[in-house]
Amino acid sequence: MTSFMTLDVFDFYNKMERNSIMLSFRGDITSDLLTSILQIMEAKLENIDEKPKVKRKVYNVLVECLQNLYHHRDQAKEISLKTKGDGTEAIFMIGRSNKQYSIMTGNYLLSSKVDDLKEKLDNINSLNKEELKALYKEILNNDTYSDKGGGGLGIIDMARKSGGKLEYDFMRINSQYSFFGLYIKIDNTNTEKK
Amino acid sequence: MERISIEGTPKTPTVVFDADQGLLELKGRSIPENSIEFYKPIVESLDAYSSSPKDLTNVNIQLEYFNTSSSKCILDLFKKLEMIHKNGKNVVINWHYEEDDEDMLEAGEDYQAIIKVPFKMIEVEE
Repeated sequence: MTSFMTLDVFDFYNKMERNSIMLSFRGDITSDLLTSILQIMEAKLENIDEKPKVKRKVYNVLVECLQNLYHHRDQAKEISLKTKGDGTEAIFMIGRSNKQYSIMTGNYLLSSKVDDLKEKLDNINSLNKEELKALYKEILNNDTYSDKGGGGLGIIDMARKSGGKLEYDFMRINSQYSFFGLYIKIDNTNTEKK
Repeated sequence: MERISIEGTPKTPTVVFDADQGLLELKGRSIPENSIEFYKPIVESLDAYSSSPKDLTNVNIQLEYFNTSSSKCILDLFKKLEMIHKNGKNVVINWHYEEDDEDMLEAGEDYQAIIKVPFKMIEVEE
């Protein structure tokens, strides 16, 4: 027998097929890798009969999601090394059904950061389109901005572009570390935002 | 006078800055992970230009995509332009968007609401 005894490839295939996964990746999100994923996804989207504005939204959200993973990779990598030992810190998936695109990301983070992030996400989910726009402008125009990102500007942008609520979950690994899952849906039947 | 000409890449825009002509152009995509590094020379040149600007500064923004990391840097550029405008010279920001790209139009309107410089929203065919 091979060393892949625990992996049933057909079962794996079925799971991906059932969820219409176009691309999935687990590992270290480096800058080069990010560029490659975006190129692959752009080529895939190119071949799909889809409204250009939906494609643009998907691409935009992908950029923000992947760059979020990239900007937090140092912390995630450290935690992954301590908990699992392989330094593989992130997962990314994109699926497409006839109704919507689903983008999923997952990464390790410090449990001490969970409350803050949860509050940010809940706040974003409680806002309507106009309120999101106002919050975006407020943070954009705020001087406390770092090269690591912009105080949640990326998440707000994802919410604005997707036009829906951001689903998420936090899996507690132990008192120190957690795993953060983010799920974003982009409607491809009706792109009018409410 | 200052002149910048940067060739576009899959992640960074084509940039033209010509101080003699009073022209600044950004075209293509702006999705680098670290935008501050990319925009630094442009912000600096615009800063130098702002001490003796032309009577009219024309700014053409024609971006297909830009990430939130770039959005702050673009605001920094616009703030320099706002200063030039405030000091009595003309500045026009021509914000281009593809005809069905409401998100890009809205992004332009966001800047328009923050920056006190005349904006022209220009719809382009795909």
